Amino acid sequence: MLMVRVELPTHLRILAKIPGEVQLEMEGEPTQLSLLNALEARYPSLKGTIRDHVTKQRRPFMRFFACEEDLSNNWPEDPLPPEVVSGKEVFLIVGAIAGGL
Amino acid sequence: MRTVRVLVGTRKGAFILTSDLKREQWKVEGPHFAGWEIFHIKGSPVDPNRIYVSQSSSWSGQVIQVSTDGGKTFEPAGNEFIYEGETGTHQWYDGKPHPWEFKRVWHLEPSLTDPDTVYAGVEDAALFKSTDAGRTWKELAGLRQHGTGSAWQPGAGGLGLHTMLLDPKNPGRMYIAISAAGAFRSDDDGASWRPINKGLQSKYIPDPNAEVGHCVHRIALHPSNPEVLFMQKHWDVLRSDNGGELWQRVSGNLPTDFGFVIDVHAHEPETIYVVPIKSDAEHFPLDGQLKVYRSKTGGNEWEALTNGLPQENCFVNVLREAMDVDDCESCGVYFGTTGGQVYASNNSGDSWNAIVRDLPAVLSVEVQTC
Repeated sequence: MLMVRVELPTHLRILAKIPGEVQLEMEGEPTQLSLLNALEARYPSLKGTIRDHVTKQRRPFMRFFACEEDLSNNWPEDPLPPEVVSGKEVFLIVGAIAGGL
Repeated sequence: MRTVRVLVGTRKGAFILTSDLKREQWKVEGPHFAGWEIFHIKGSPVDPNRIYVSQSSSWSGQVIQVSTDGGKTFEPAGNEFIYEGETGTHQWYDGKPHPWEFKRVWHLEPSLTDPDTVYAGVEDAALFKSTDAGRTWKELAGLRQHGTGSAWQPGAGGLGLHTMLLDPKNPGRMYIAISAAGAFRSDDDGASWRPINKGLQSKYIPDPNAEVGHCVHRIALHPSNPEVLFMQKHWDVLRSDNGGELWQRVSGNLPTDFGFVIDVHAHEPETIYVVPIKSDAEHFPLDGQLKVYRSKTGGNEWEALTNGLPQENCFVNVLREAMDVDDCESCGVYFGTTGGQVYASNNSGDSWNAIVRDLPAVLSVEVQTC
């Protein structure tokens, strides 16, 4: 069993009542897709807030970073970086820098 | 002890203001959902402690929150709004077909009889219904698919279904309004719909008398006389005496009849309120003077209400969801501004006080007497 670490932006931590970093137990070769599936399974209130309910596409102003790389536009089924899979690095889900109202 | 509760949705969170029936001292709680846009927060008329909230953001989309304890705590409910069947298209700003895309919930309308049933008016314009307290949502697709939907075009603020009225005397009859499509009525609990825009004239569309395409900003009714509807259109204040079959202009002596809000006195079905705004290009009061106008004759004859409202250097707007009344013996009238003030009158509008100032821009105001 693998333990993948995930950090969410503050507004989503408050929504899902998550006090800090999330640790997800995962099996096999984790991908962005399986990580998000596992995250939403544990915290159903996050459904629709990171990716679209139907298409499963990342919402335009959400970003995925890890190992100082922007993974936002990777294929969802690409394997996660080994450092994330080993738990050494955190998978960061970030609200994009955007001004707005 | 009975209390008055004012539910305020703003650009950056929700606030709950409470007072006793004197409505002189107010307690302010919030922000709830800090940082999120709260387009609408409204309580069930059956169970006032059941409060539904539309919470959204550009980053994380739509969330629905529900309280069962009068706003002390909230829990996320369902946020899956999926259009029924083949999605189809509406008109885009350039006149080309554009696929329907869900963006946000503008309006939540709890049922008059069942606290678990609630309707959601959304952008791109459609109506959804939940019968399990917001956990799951199903589109009432007869509205979007009744025949004119492909001709609807968004207003500057988007193609939002922003108003919903449930007729308390005719079960199954309901009204909705969409910018910039117009007003629509169902007589079969939302299964089928038809436009009710006859009598509206809009100079900003090619055919001023078109069946759809009118930018209706708000409609209101009094529960004791629901055949009579009042409307604040983009320009024009109107009324209908026959459930929307025909509208007539009742702007009368208003200094400008552009505006967003309209509401009806709790005990006087022919007493109505509007807040005139200078123009569609200048969304602030005339001459920097914030004035509510009241008609006690159902329109045409209007009086300015200014006591307690700023009469110089005031350049705020009052958005379409941002006015409501309470049903206390002396009717209270409330409205919020884009400058973050919520003004209240505990005497039908004769005088006003800011019961809170400097909130984020106010998007919606709803009042409960519990």
